[in-house]
Amino acid sequence: MTEPGPSREDLKTTVARRLKARNAAERRFRLYGQVAIALALGFLVLLLGRIVQQGWSTFIDYRLTAQVYLDPSRIDRTDPGGANYDLLIAQQLLKQIGVADDENGTRSDAMKDLVSGDMGFQVLDRVKADPTLIGRTLTVSAPLKANAGLYFKGQVKRSTSEEERALSDAQIDWLDQMRAGGLVASGFNSTFFTRSDSTEPEQAGVLGAIVGSTLMLILTAALAIPIGVLAATFLEEFAPKNRWTDIVEVNINNLAAVPSIVYGLLGLAVFINWMHVPRSSPLVGGLVLALMALPTVIIATRSSLKAVPPSIREAALALGASRTQTVFHHVLPLALPGVMTGSILSLAHALGETAPLLMVGMVSFVPGVPDSLTSASTVLPVQIFIWENASERAFHERTAAAIMVLLAFMILMNLAAVLMRRRFERRW
Amino acid sequence: MTDVQSSPPPAEVATRISARGVRVFYGDKQALFDVDLDVPDRAVTALIGPSGCGKSTFLRCINRMNDTIPGARVEGTILLDGEDVNDRDLDPVLLRARVGMVFQKPNPFPKTIFENVAYGPRIHGLATSKSELDGVVEQALKRAGLWKEVSDRLDQPGTSLSGGQQQRLVIARAIAINPEVILMDEPCSALDPIATARIEELIDELRALYCIVIVTHSMAQAARVSQRTAFFHMGKLVETGLTSKIFTRPGDPRTQDYITGRFG
Amino acid sequence: MSEHIVKSYEDELNSLAAECSRLGGLAEAQLADAIRAVIRREPDLAAEVIQQDDRLDEIEADIEQKSIRLIALRQPMANDLRKTVAALKIASNLERCGDLAKSIAKRALVLTDVEPMPALSRSIERMGQLVQSRLRSVLDAYASSDAEGAMEVWRRDHEVDEHYNSLFRELLTYMMGDARTITPCAHLLFVAKNLERIGDHATNIAEIVHYEISGDQVSPGDRPRSDDLRA
Repeated sequence: MTEPGPSREDLKTTVARRLKARNAAERRFRLYGQVAIALALGFLVLLLGRIVQQGWSTFIDYRLTAQVYLDPSRIDRTDPGGANYDLLIAQQLLKQIGVADDENGTRSDAMKDLVSGDMGFQVLDRVKADPTLIGRTLTVSAPLKANAGLYFKGQVKRSTSEEERALSDAQIDWLDQMRAGGLVASGFNSTFFTRSDSTEPEQAGVLGAIVGSTLMLILTAALAIPIGVLAATFLEEFAPKNRWTDIVEVNINNLAAVPSIVYGLLGLAVFINWMHVPRSSPLVGGLVLALMALPTVIIATRSSLKAVPPSIREAALALGASRTQTVFHHVLPLALPGVMTGSILSLAHALGETAPLLMVGMVSFVPGVPDSLTSASTVLPVQIFIWENASERAFHERTAAAIMVLLAFMILMNLAAVLMRRRFERRW
Repeated sequence: MTDVQSSPPPAEVATRISARGVRVFYGDKQALFDVDLDVPDRAVTALIGPSGCGKSTFLRCINRMNDTIPGARVEGTILLDGEDVNDRDLDPVLLRARVGMVFQKPNPFPKTIFENVAYGPRIHGLATSKSELDGVVEQALKRAGLWKEVSDRLDQPGTSLSGGQQQRLVIARAIAINPEVILMDEPCSALDPIATARIEELIDELRALYCIVIVTHSMAQAARVSQRTAFFHMGKLVETGLTSKIFTRPGDPRTQDYITGRFG
Repeated sequence: MSEHIVKSYEDELNSLAAECSRLGGLAEAQLADAIRAVIRREPDLAAEVIQQDDRLDEIEADIEQKSIRLIALRQPMANDLRKTVAALKIASNLERCGDLAKSIAKRALVLTDVEPMPALSRSIERMGQLVQSRLRSVLDAYASSDAEGAMEVWRRDHEVDEHYNSLFRELLTYMMGDARTITPCAHLLFVAKNLERIGDHATNIAEIVHYEISGDQVSPGDRPRSDDLRA
């Protein structure tokens, strides 16, 4: 008696035949996946590698330690600020390495070009604080000027011709002599983290930008997270499901996709021109970024709330909890890991935004550390943007270093998101 | 109108819940057609019927859980001790403090065992001090037959218990607020036979104190556990009466066909 | 009525009832043979009846086993439960009828050695026919689920009693008249008594059939009796 349809033997051979092709397709697919990952990782390594390669040298700086004799004939006790300390220092340095100055003072000028103006300021500050120092010898330490540092880092080379080089042959010789004489030492470039932006690369640091970014992020978080979470909770748990809420939902989803520069324009028009919020302040930056982060926070919160099983809500309601109690005692705590992850990620995203902040004026040069929400400040991405456009060579390595700092910041925030999620993850 | 009253509840037992003309609509679809049912106090009433017959829908009318379903509309009166449950002015929160519910799949809160049981008394303000709350929790767990097993680990999460224990925890949670009525929607369908037997024993103990209404798709369970049974079919209440009568000599042929397995 | 969704359940219930009916047929045949053996004085037939009784016992044991198994495995409810219990009880009644028929056959063996007494034989025959017809009717009612038919049998329970009472008087008269007839009459008395018991069993079966179909117990107090022996 034959069975209806294909016999078992036929089926087996058919399946076996196809099996080879299917296995091959599976292997190919796995290969595609591996290739894709390799490509992505490759690009990542390439990018990061380039940046680190360009920027790591920023963290080493060359400092000059000099004995400065405060010549009373040059410094007026009654007006210490009037003296030209830079020249004084340059001339003494020349003497120390045994090079005579020429009558026009070009050599001392050239020497001045090697030493950071910071040294002069340090001396001035100390003299002002204690005028009795005049006539004594001070030991002062300050970084070398950017190009001098670049020579030691190998970026300014003797091999290039003198016209194209930033330093002259003589200057390079003096640097070697000072080094040999033990006046120059290398060390960790703490200035990078303790100072703000400056026109002189060797005195430039990211402190102001970090503080500005932090202030702004705090403001963004304080605005976007509560408003976003509460709005999402209302839309998800309390609002009636009708046409209006559908329209609101569609709009929120669209807002998340709006280019960030549009938010910058909004900030310019509304916050700066209409509400007269001070330009370039963490306040306006925070407001703009809060607007930007809001849709993302709302969407993340809504999906976390949706993921809470309805059985929990039913259990709470059946016990006689009101809607509000159900949401705030049970649903929201369970949705918290997702909410936090979404919030932190949207904040990390906001941290790296540049375009909208440029629109609200953060492109200006801000030398100091912002001390309040309304004082002028800059943020890390904008700082990077500014330095990238600067003409000095030394700013190139600093740009890369600032990018590394920004990336470190973002990695930290993402790590915080992952850890917090792990910590608060609950099984139901 | 109920089609057949095999036997009305005896006069000396008080009727706790009295439903008249209950109709439920989900949007345009009508799920319950004019249900009249009396539920006696201090007894277990079982609601049986094939899938989709409306027994769970009716159960959820009693504590207005159908309000949480968008598009659901309930008509008719359900009197709980004389008060109409469907009255728009009646706050469902107050109602649900008097009518507890146990669901099919155990759903303890992802909090500690103590917190699970204490939550209800806390939000209704039933215990004013920590020691009072401890007492309420202990009594509820004892009544639910769970105290011996968990008294030394009240700070463990409720979800760390086995299925049967979780269901008993949920029952403890429901009785901690001292309800008058306990509704159970297929409470044992997710449990193994031994856990089921424990819950049935618990129901037997609890019926001395509460009015219990249980929806079950196991006729054997309805027969074991209840004193009165109501058979629903396609949204109508076909027959109601003493359990012993319904399962030996049902009045309506539809009831007979269902309980003997002649149709689903 | 619609069928069970699980076919094997339906089959089990039906086969149980069918076997019970078969047992009933056998009991009827045993009764007919036993009465004939008495009246026609056929010892071989009587011996056969005695031997056949084992078969009835076997079938009753089988029905009992099947019923218990059905209850354990299928948990029958409502009419199915009543049907199962009815089969069990009817089988028990029928087995007793079989035993009573065997007892009659035993007496038939003794009676063949004695002088025939035609008048008494006729009375016995009449009573035997009545009892047979009652048994037949009630078993028919069982097989066709005829509650009214069963109740008919139930209501006429007194007829057997009347027959028994008149036979009793007749036998007494014989025994008082001729002392030699005491032994055979005593046996015939027992035969009559056995027939009367079979009639009672038929009434029992009628009550059981009524309960199976309607779910109502017939009140035992309603049973019309003529048990007053002094009548």
